[in-house]
Amino acid sequence: MPEPIGEEGGGMANAIVGTLILVGVAIVIGLPVGIGAGLYLAERRGTWLATTVRFLADVLNGLPSIVVGIFAWQFLVRPVGHFSALAGGVALAAMMIPMVTRTTEEMVRLVPVSLREAALALGYTRWRTSLTVVLRTAMAGIVTGALVAVARIAGETAPLFFTALGNQFMSTSLREAIAALPLQIFNYAISPYESAHALAWAGAVVLIGLVLVVSVAARFATRARFGHAAD
Amino acid sequence: MIVGPRPLEEPSSGLAARLASAGVGDRVYRVAITLFAACVPLLLLLIAAEIARAAWPALRTFGFGFLTSSAWDPVNGAFGAAPALYGTIVSSIVALVIATPLAIGVAIYLSEFAPGWLRQPVSFLVDLLAAIPSVVYGLWGIFVLIPLLRTHVVPFLKDTLHLGATPLFSGPNYGPSMLAAGVILAIMILPYISAVAREVLLAVPRSQREAALALGATRWETIWGAVLPYARSGIIGGVILGLGRALGETMAVTMVIGNTHEISSSLLSPGYTMASLIANQFSEATGDLHLSALMAIGFVLFVLTLVVNALARWLVWRVARSA
Repeated sequence: MPEPIGEEGGGMANAIVGTLILVGVAIVIGLPVGIGAGLYLAERRGTWLATTVRFLADVLNGLPSIVVGIFAWQFLVRPVGHFSALAGGVALAAMMIPMVTRTTEEMVRLVPVSLREAALALGYTRWRTSLTVVLRTAMAGIVTGALVAVARIAGETAPLFFTALGNQFMSTSLREAIAALPLQIFNYAISPYESAHALAWAGAVVLIGLVLVVSVAARFATRARFGHAAD
Repeated sequence: MIVGPRPLEEPSSGLAARLASAGVGDRVYRVAITLFAACVPLLLLLIAAEIARAAWPALRTFGFGFLTSSAWDPVNGAFGAAPALYGTIVSSIVALVIATPLAIGVAIYLSEFAPGWLRQPVSFLVDLLAAIPSVVYGLWGIFVLIPLLRTHVVPFLKDTLHLGATPLFSGPNYGPSMLAAGVILAIMILPYISAVAREVLLAVPRSQREAALALGATRWETIWGAVLPYARSGIIGGVILGLGRALGETMAVTMVIGNTHEISSSLLSPGYTMASLIANQFSEATGDLHLSALMAIGFVLFVLTLVVNALARWLVWRVARSA
């Protein structure tokens, strides 16, 4: 837990919990939408909607995170009148959706047509083929994509500035301002105190460690079952 | 008991029922994934609409002059985006000038020269540069890069290369500067450019290389004369993609650029970018017009990155289609 300036020690347990909650909210919202949209792009690839969605997903992916941040503020904080973890999670989800959409599409496309045809020939309906055969085959790749997306949003600061805001105390409520590792690092880094700088570096190590573990896990998830097909 | 063929009606009617229900299931499934897909354009529209709505008061008050005015006076309610727009573009150009040759070099090495065992680990490490959080780059920028620039690089540029006389490197260097922002951005966009460049180079057909080699070209001439021109528009696409990243990058830039609302020709003086202006002032905005002006800056940034990204995607897509 953070100590008041001048006190010895201090930590970031609240920020670590906060980051996990924010990322959790983003996953709950972003993952189903991203996977659903990715399935659509892979299965109905020729339609005008698919072409449009694919292009716009790329555009959304390139949108500056600060723009997503002020959008979430305008959309979810301003009407309510107070900052909330939910708004932060939604902002992160908005960044996650296009990433998951595109990797899901690519992974589903890698599933051999013969597998799909075999399932259909056995009398499976289309939707069961998609969900139980195609999606399951592509699952390892989709998990990888999701982990890469999680690694990226976990380190985002700008979308949380005006939504999650940060919090000096332990909070787990979705309706209140919540701490986050990147926010805490930023606040410590720009403060004039030597002890705060040390905490900023420590926070950075924890954050990089988190991101690195998730990235390496993603790498292994790909290798384990998808080997040659990915990359 | 007579064993005969089972009556045909029963299974066939069962099949018909199953087919009918399958039709319903398929339709539900199709509608569901279509709705999910529709979320993406809707989200983008929602973002554009919300920001435009919030920016409207400022855009209406200042009109087109908003882009050319350098005023930023919350007390008297005069706002202009020019210094932030200038800072955004200049810091991004500095980043591109540094990152592009490096990134293309990395890509050429990895696709043409690197032995197989080295290729994977090096590309993994380069990709990892993209995974480091922006705020960590900023932290490193404040405590490592800025002191390094101030004590070694700037004296070298001024005293050894005598660049102090040129407007680009004139004036004192206090630390936070446009140059520091450009260098940080260069490191951050390098993995994006090199990833696209690598992909595009790998998409160049073997025959292209073999033909050049068969004509007696050296390896260098092959790459310079046959491979790079073939991949050119794709690589440019990657560079523009990197530009898109650099334009919108917020945290690291906010932490090293110095945040001064002025246009200065020198790279050594502090400045502002659109993203860092929003990050810095948004939570302290006084009054509705100030807030709206910041939203208007966000809208300009939105449109700028939209155009840049669309251009980049189009270029990369053109190469991918022809390959």
